[in-house]
Amino acid sequence: MKHILKILALLVAISAFWIGLLQASVIPESYTWLLPLYFIVSLGCYGVLMVGVGLMQFPTCPQEALLLHQDILEARDFLKNKGVDVGSN
Amino acid sequence: MGNEQKENSNKYSIIIPTYNERLNIALLVYLIFKHLPNVNFEISVVDDGSPDGTQDIVKQLQSVYGEDRILLRARPKKLGLGTAYIHGLKHASGNFVVIMDADLSHHPKYLPNFIKKQMETGADIVTGTRYVKGGGVHGWNLMRKLTSRGANVLAQTLLWPGVSDLTGSFRLYRKSVLEDVIGSCVSKGYVFQMEMIVRATRKGYNIAEVPITFVDRVYGSSKLGGSEIVEYLKGLIYLLLTT
Repeated sequence: MKHILKILALLVAISAFWIGLLQASVIPESYTWLLPLYFIVSLGCYGVLMVGVGLMQFPTCPQEALLLHQDILEARDFLKNKGVDVGSN
Repeated sequence: MGNEQKENSNKYSIIIPTYNERLNIALLVYLIFKHLPNVNFEISVVDDGSPDGTQDIVKQLQSVYGEDRILLRARPKKLGLGTAYIHGLKHASGNFVVIMDADLSHHPKYLPNFIKKQMETGADIVTGTRYVKGGGVHGWNLMRKLTSRGANVLAQTLLWPGVSDLTGSFRLYRKSVLEDVIGSCVSKGYVFQMEMIVRATRKGYNIAEVPITFVDRVYGSSKLGGSEIVEYLKGLIYLLLTT
C-alpha cells in the first residue's frame, strides 16, 4: 500500500487513542486536550536533537583529499605516457 | 586483500554521465582500471555534448584501454540525468550496472566493496552511504553539513526509506532492477536519486549499503541556495504522496 496511507493510518490510530482517552477520563481532561500539542512539540524536539547529534557525529575524512590528490598525480603520470591529453582544465 | 578470487562471472557496466569533465573522466577511468584488475566490466560514458572536448578525451582513452572496455554514448546536449542512465543502459552488456559521478567525488577504490557486498548479500541494489562510520565527507562547511543532516532527518521521518543516504548517486544495481525502477521515476537531479531508492524500497528490492567517502569538488563548490531547498521539499512531498 502507498506509504502515505501507512502514515495516515498511524495518525488515525493515534487520534483514536486520544479520543479514547478523552472519553475515558482516565487522565484529567485539561491535560488530555493538550496531549496533541505535547506530541507535536516532542516530535519537533526529537527532530532537532537528531539533527544536532548527527551534526556532531558527522563523519569527515580530511585524509581522503590528500589521497585523492596523490591518485590524481599517479593517474596524470600514467596517462601522459600513454598519450592522453591531461593538461589542466 | 588476500585471495578472495571468488568465482565472479558477472559483468559490470559502469555508467558515467558527463558534462565538461575533460580532465576528470581520464583520471576516473585510470582509477577504475586500477581498482578492478580482475573484474569483467565496461565503462559507458554518456556525454551531453560537452563543449570542452570531453568526447575527444574519451576517444583517446579508448585507444589506450580498448573500445570494448570504454563505450562512448554521446548525446547532442544536456538532456538530464535520468535519461542519461536510460541511454547508457540501452547498450549495456553487463548484468550489473554501476552509476557514479564523473567529478572524482566518488572514488573507484570502493567498487570492490560494492561488488563484494552484493555477492555476499545477494542484494539487488548496493548504495554508497556517506553518513555512516567508515564513510564521510570532505569539503563541506558547517552550513552545508547542517542542511544535509536536516534534509536527511526530514526525509527519514517522512519516507522511512530504509537507507541512510538518500541523495547519494554512487550505486550498484542489478540491471533488471535498474530498468524496472527507472521506468517509474520522473524527478530531476538529486530528487531523482531519492526517488530511485525510495521506489526500490517500496517495490521490496533488497538494498544493502557500503560506507563511502565523498570529497567534494575543490573547484566551484556546490552551491546550495534557497531554490535547491525548495526543490528538495517539493520532491519530498511528491515522494510522500506518490510512493
